[in-house]
Amino acid sequence: MNMVLNEEQRLLKDTIQDFLSTNAPVTAFRKLRDTQDNQGYSTELWRHLCELGIAAIVMPEEHGGLGFGYLGLGAVLEECGKNLTASPLLASVVLGASALELAGNETQQSLLDEVASGSLTLALAIDEHSHFDPLQTRTSLTENDSGFTLNGHKVFVLDGHTADRLIVVTRSRGEAGSRDGLSLVMLDSQTPGVKIDRHQLMDGRNVASIQFEQVSLPADALLGELHNGFAVIHTLIDRAAICVAAEMLGSAQEVFDRTLEYLKEREQFGVKIGSFQALQHRCAQMLCQLEHCRSAVVGALAALDKGSRGVSVQASTAKALANDCLQHISNEAVQMHGGMGVTDELDIGLFLKRSRVCNQIFGDSIYHRDRFATLMGY
Amino acid sequence: MSSLDQFRQETREWLSKNCPESQRQPVKKNEIIWGGRRRKFPSVDAQLWFERMRDKGWIAPDWPKEYGGGNLSVDECKILEQEMRSLGCRPPLYDQGLWMFGPALLKYGSEDQKKEHLTKITQGEIRWCQGYSEPGAGSDLAGLKTKAEDCGDHFLVNGSKIWTTYADQADWIFCLVRTNTEVAKQQGISFLLIDMESEGVTTSPIELISGESEFCQTFFDNVKVPKENLVYEVDKGWEVAKEVLKHERKLISKLDHMTEKEDRSVMELAKEVIGLDSNGKLRNSSLRDQLTRHLMAEQADQLSGLRIFQQMRAGQPDPKLPLTMKYANTSEQQRKDELFLAILGNQGLTWQDEAFPKSYRTLVQNWAYNKSLTIAGGTSEIQLNIIAKRALGLPE
Repeated sequence: MNMVLNEEQRLLKDTIQDFLSTNAPVTAFRKLRDTQDNQGYSTELWRHLCELGIAAIVMPEEHGGLGFGYLGLGAVLEECGKNLTASPLLASVVLGASALELAGNETQQSLLDEVASGSLTLALAIDEHSHFDPLQTRTSLTENDSGFTLNGHKVFVLDGHTADRLIVVTRSRGEAGSRDGLSLVMLDSQTPGVKIDRHQLMDGRNVASIQFEQVSLPADALLGELHNGFAVIHTLIDRAAICVAAEMLGSAQEVFDRTLEYLKEREQFGVKIGSFQALQHRCAQMLCQLEHCRSAVVGALAALDKGSRGVSVQASTAKALANDCLQHISNEAVQMHGGMGVTDELDIGLFLKRSRVCNQIFGDSIYHRDRFATLMGY
Repeated sequence: MSSLDQFRQETREWLSKNCPESQRQPVKKNEIIWGGRRRKFPSVDAQLWFERMRDKGWIAPDWPKEYGGGNLSVDECKILEQEMRSLGCRPPLYDQGLWMFGPALLKYGSEDQKKEHLTKITQGEIRWCQGYSEPGAGSDLAGLKTKAEDCGDHFLVNGSKIWTTYADQADWIFCLVRTNTEVAKQQGISFLLIDMESEGVTTSPIELISGESEFCQTFFDNVKVPKENLVYEVDKGWEVAKEVLKHERKLISKLDHMTEKEDRSVMELAKEVIGLDSNGKLRNSSLRDQLTRHLMAEQADQLSGLRIFQQMRAGQPDPKLPLTMKYANTSEQQRKDELFLAILGNQGLTWQDEAFPKSYRTLVQNWAYNKSLTIAGGTSEIQLNIIAKRALGLPE
């Protein structure tokens, strides 16, 4: 299992780093937020990123994939996290394209080319409650003569208000809580009976809540096997948890670096405040936590590339550690910046808010510790 | 097949042929193979294992052949370590000379010194101990006062060293001594090798909270030490000492070699003592969560170790990561020890009373012993200072 970037992956990371720091620094994100941009991300930026190939990094090669692997994608996500770059990379590629790749038939998979080029965007509607827990899915899918009828309500759908197509996790049979009876469907977001409401969260990003009312779907809307969607969802959780963790790692590194810089500049009592042992030890502990988190995330990305059997356990470790790490470091960053830390003028608060949103994407730490324990059999 | 794959295969075959079955079980304290003048093998198998590894040069696999080493590359050493671990092979020799002093002597010693001392280490003929800390110089190690006076053909040494691990059973001691009081404290220290049988050397064990007494205090009373026992240059011993410390920290973070390993994993113990409910979950949900936190941290620790190795191999070492390891690993070990106690409840409150299962008692005694992990080899607080200054560049 290789955890070190090879030369091509390093080159990719450097390219994206240069591109984002020039074209999409935190200030660009701040502007999106301040103008309450309806889209929530810049279409032009996404087009550019797709031209650079980032949407195709982990796609199968027959659909224009680049073969950089998840280690390469992780490096890109880390850069996005550093710059708080808003883009449909997570929603459309990591979640949407993954679902197509894992469950789609040939016709459905042919859409991957369009996703890779950026001309089509996807969103995955999975959450229904206050907390991530796909087994509790109640949104119902019933079979009829012409296909299916979809009824229910989804929340916290990332980029759900702008996506061209929605992939929806539904219950086609059984009780909430059961693994059996989960099914995925894909539909055009303009389908009659679909009502999409846009919400702006504290991190400036957009999510949608989506109502499905007697939505008629053709039989070929089904993605994968009827009732047997759990295995696909399980793999989606692994990929999503690891990729979100990679983005969070980038944010944690950035907010930590900015805090260190501040401690080396700011003077009180006639000395740099970074000379105080009370702050030094906390910074040293943050580095330990950050390196720990980095090992877990990079190890999990490498496990995805290798297709390791233990990848689910590693995915939950990576997400839980990234959640805790970014939460802690962003809190400390605010505290160590003193009064400036609680102003909107400084970017520190943006990282703080992003951290709490990321916590909830595909499972908070409590969810992932429970998942880890269950997978380990205790 | 690449030459490394071939090496792996040959190593695996050699080990499975040559490592006696009894030497593949977790090692108990009384089964450890120590070298030295008073060397006594705990069993016939242990002697066989030691002699085979010695003759193969794999006591010190990365050292040059002329000192009894194995001349293996970094990759080959890693493979040997992995194959030994996967078979469960015990270390064929325990010695601080082998782990800490030897690597530093390789870098700083004269050819004569290397030939003399390294060879005796790899042959298991001499057992070493370390003389660094003093009653008045702990974390402030450079404040040490044990004096070595230049008397022409020899040094005259006076003073005392503390936490000299197993000094009562060691043959030689590598020591930091004060040779100059006129300069900044780090610059007046020399690195001296002293035969424990020299006249004027006495040592007495110190009893610890775990009931063990592997640490000693060693006294030097007008001890004559030949000039040839000076390593590197006069007043430049601090440089050598830092090299030794590097290996000590690596060692302490790598394995708590002094304690008996747990017979079973913390997860198995929790299942056994706490039990599972009808959903297959640990009956105590709070312990279940604590256990998970620990297992996740342990997984990340292992990945950090692997990451350091892979970075080195790829020629892209990250200087920050290794600095975090001692603090991270020893803190996690102590959290694990507390978890063991929490799981055992009132069954985990003694190691003296033999009415309790041996495996429980070992865990409890380790808990007490392991309090020293965050103190020995640079306290956690010193580690954090080092990280803050060297890894993060925070100002003085």
